[in-house]
Amino acid sequence: MMDDSTQGDDAPTRMERLSAVRPRLLAFARLHLRDAALAEDAVQDALMAAIEKDASFAGRSGYETWVFGILKYKILDSLRAQKRQGKLMPLEDEGDDEAIDRQFQHNGRWQEEARPSSWGEPEAVFESERFWQVFDACLIALPDSAARVFSLRELMGLSTAEICQALEIRENNCWVILHRARLRLRACLEKGWLKEGTT
Amino acid sequence: MMMCRQATRLMSLRQDRKLSLGEALSLRMHLAMCGACRQCDRQFTLLHEAGRRRADSLFASRSDRE
Ligand SMILES: [Zn+2]
Repeated sequence: MMDDSTQGDDAPTRMERLSAVRPRLLAFARLHLRDAALAEDAVQDALMAAIEKDASFAGRSGYETWVFGILKYKILDSLRAQKRQGKLMPLEDEGDDEAIDRQFQHNGRWQEEARPSSWGEPEAVFESERFWQVFDACLIALPDSAARVFSLRELMGLSTAEICQALEIRENNCWVILHRARLRLRACLEKGWLKEGTT
Repeated sequence: MMMCRQATRLMSLRQDRKLSLGEALSLRMHLAMCGACRQCDRQFTLLHEAGRRRADSLFASRSDRE
């Protein structure tokens, strides 16, 4: 195919673009699958599919985004396969209430030391490099199923209906897991970012 | 009367689906009286936005710019 050479000398070929984006695909797959070998497989599958389906990519821009779109489905396929093989920990069985219990008193009010404080203006927060370091660290520190459901929801932007269909759990379970994940994340961020950040 | 712990459940839920009228009203009443939960609500919203931006920074690359 003359496809690549007609774009001019400085236009990277599709293959070059794919190998350039590979590390980011891997980082993303690892975040969701939490297993280096499975992440490697999913990325491999996505790259193969991208090469095979190359003709169906219409636009000239957004190529990496298109490849990421393929990877999303490969990650879901991988989760489904693990689920079928009984390798995914049943999401319901994670007794991780303890970390949340510590944030509240018995009467349901915030514990004094866990009371949320202001993080300031969101735009300023997002500009802080330190915030993103702590965000990633806190995400990794989540229990497996909480991290998985949270990143499917908030990073992949799937609906809870789509997530529970893929993971074969009740939607209600998804909401419970997300509630816990968010409480854990907020506590982790507040501790790691606000407090340490000022010392 | 709804307490903070239960209020955080509704704050989380509303990042994922539309609350029912009853849920929305009781959350609103709680937030009106509780500063700590108002902060928590902002934090959940910020986490939602942070997830989107984190994904964008992984997805989009220089070669994707229009
Ligand atoms: Zn409250």
